[in-house]
Amino acid sequence: MGGQMILNDLLQIKEKELAGRKKITLRCCMAAGCMSSGAQDVKEQLDKAVAAAGLQEQVEVRRVGCMKLCCEGPLVQADPPHSLYIKVTAENAPSIIAALQGGRAEAAQTDPEAAFFKRQMFIVLANSGVIDPERIECYIAADGYQALHEVLSEKAPRDVVAAMVQSGLRGRGGAGFPTGIKWGTVAKSPGAKKYVICNADEGDPGAFMDRSVLESDPHSVLEGMAIAAYAVGADQGFIYVRAEYPLAISRLQVAIKQAKQMGLLGAGIFESPFNFNVDLRIGAGAFVCGEETALMASVEGKRGAPRPRPPFPAESGLWGYPTLINNVETFANVPPIYRRGAEWFAGIGTEKSKGTKVFALAGKIKNTGLIEVPMGTPLSVIVRELGGGAPDGGQIKAVQTGGPSGGCIPAQHLDTPVDYESLGKLGSIMGSGGMIVMDEQTNMVEIARFFMEFCMDESCGKCIPCRAGTAQMHHLLDKIIRRQASAADLAKLEELCDMVKSTSLCGLGQTAPNPTLSTLRFFRNEYEALLRADPGGPPGPVDLKPPPVPAAT
Amino acid sequence: MFSQAPALFFAGLKKKTESLKMVANMAQKKQGRLKAALEHASGDKRFKILEVHMKKHLFRQDALIEVLHKAQELFGFLEDDLLLFIASKLKLPPSRVYGVATFYHFFTLKPQGEHSCVVCMGTACYVKGADKILAAVQEDTGIQPGGTTPDNRVSLLTARCIGACGIAPAVVYDGKVTPRQTAAAALEQIRKWGAK
Repeated sequence: MGGQMILNDLLQIKEKELAGRKKITLRCCMAAGCMSSGAQDVKEQLDKAVAAAGLQEQVEVRRVGCMKLCCEGPLVQADPPHSLYIKVTAENAPSIIAALQGGRAEAAQTDPEAAFFKRQMFIVLANSGVIDPERIECYIAADGYQALHEVLSEKAPRDVVAAMVQSGLRGRGGAGFPTGIKWGTVAKSPGAKKYVICNADEGDPGAFMDRSVLESDPHSVLEGMAIAAYAVGADQGFIYVRAEYPLAISRLQVAIKQAKQMGLLGAGIFESPFNFNVDLRIGAGAFVCGEETALMASVEGKRGAPRPRPPFPAESGLWGYPTLINNVETFANVPPIYRRGAEWFAGIGTEKSKGTKVFALAGKIKNTGLIEVPMGTPLSVIVRELGGGAPDGGQIKAVQTGGPSGGCIPAQHLDTPVDYESLGKLGSIMGSGGMIVMDEQTNMVEIARFFMEFCMDESCGKCIPCRAGTAQMHHLLDKIIRRQASAADLAKLEELCDMVKSTSLCGLGQTAPNPTLSTLRFFRNEYEALLRADPGGPPGPVDLKPPPVPAAT
Repeated sequence: MFSQAPALFFAGLKKKTESLKMVANMAQKKQGRLKAALEHASGDKRFKILEVHMKKHLFRQDALIEVLHKAQELFGFLEDDLLLFIASKLKLPPSRVYGVATFYHFFTLKPQGEHSCVVCMGTACYVKGADKILAAVQEDTGIQPGGTTPDNRVSLLTARCIGACGIAPAVVYDGKVTPRQTAAAALEQIRKWGAK
């Protein structure tokens, strides 16, 4: 473990880092999206080109996290002159350096002041695409770990909880439970040992917010966890991260190591009696592990099967000890809240949903990528202004939020503001932030079947409503798509949806019918158009055998 | 009624001893298997590396998933002997190790092909036609997701979501995420690997 850190050291690191800044910064997006399009080569070539031009003293080529406009990657931004290059290739690199000296860059550019960027508001993503995620000094230069210092030296744990309650932050994992109240419950639970867990098992297909935060600004999550641990009286933290995110895992490992070396994790942080350590736990591909009790079972090295609540993890969690579980984005919100004050945070967003929300915008839309907008921003603004509408002149048909637990919001409801309540009213959920745009070529029944298949495969099998119900619902949806279902099948499907929703053990089963229910609500005609005409007479018993021959569609 | 009781009692006892014998047999068989597994392990350096990894985790039972990750990384898949070896070192019942290994999608109990093609089937990729890519690859190679071509060249897998939604549809070839794929591009890659 490293030596003790005091505030002065922290400020010195910041000053040294800022003083060492060069005149021009070239920021290269090195998040997973751009990396897969060759960002590593681009950065190497830029480094070489800078050296070849003899500009090492003036130009810094910095590896940064997600620069948000994923569809145009690899992205490189030069400041000054504030030019954003898109789809950069390694061959473009010398010309980008030449452009700094008045030459012409070969790479295409886009306007960094475009609506996609301008309509966003950055709290969680403030450092994303700006700092080097693998250098703690860069995070410290952006006022990192100052909130932790302030909390440890000036606030009692109960004041920390009170400030969190005042901020109005709600859990960003999907359910939207008030974070301050959760912290308060864990803080009040008696127990010599307590745990803090960061849920980074981003299992929703179509969501990559947590991956981006971990890849771009891992220290903000560590700092948030440390503040939470102090507030609830925990000394050990775990980050449960998906095995599908190797880059996020390696950046977290680097961040934890650096924080330990600097004494920002470990024993007696900032000369206080507060100790806190963080360990990584790697998931192994089970969607149900996003559910908190299943996640804890997995951290304990067991099968990720959920258990009934109560007792809630706040009372009896990991190995039976009181445990606080928050999502990545929730923890990333914590340092800014303490740095800038709870009132500041409470002033953003709507009455019941405070702050901002990060969304992963994807699907049939022009600008795909990562966005952060204040709560209450209408969906139409997100889809049309930030997203630029459907590509190739297509028409947007629906927006899917909340993944396999959410629903499809039809185009006529696009003026809905995004907050927990409004989306709930439409039969969808905020979810963790996946937002998939669908155009008129998308068959909504097929989407319902897609999500049902997902839930069927991912059901852990512990409770019957979910294990058997999802399989039967999938079978019925399949039957409808094969044009072999009758009106009675549709009625049966609705009945099953209701039954599985109200009787399943955990969130997976309880929300599995949501995509079907919401598409039934808004796109019922598409279901009915696929039904077999049943002329007269009461429909016969439901045939649960698989259909013999798939009908051509 | 009363006179029948001893007979019933003995019958019960006999049944019990029989079942005890059966358990003993099973245990013996298991011990034999474990011995064989450990012998197998003694000649393979990878087991040593795995044991060092377990030691790093202080042979804690809650580190089972971490240990399985390491084991799969070293061996490519989790064979029975390997699971028995892990069970004995972590002092866990083999059923528990097997239960965990089969619960999580990431662990595979079958050997994998030389190359891997993972088609992401997340929502964004699906909306942009990942199903068509998968269908084309299935038709071309004649294998189902989770399967390996008979010549052991290529394993076809699907992923829930790899979080590369901004560049959908994405396919992972031998661990390398490749953006904006088409059926034709996927088939070209597979032909390059020479599978048939």
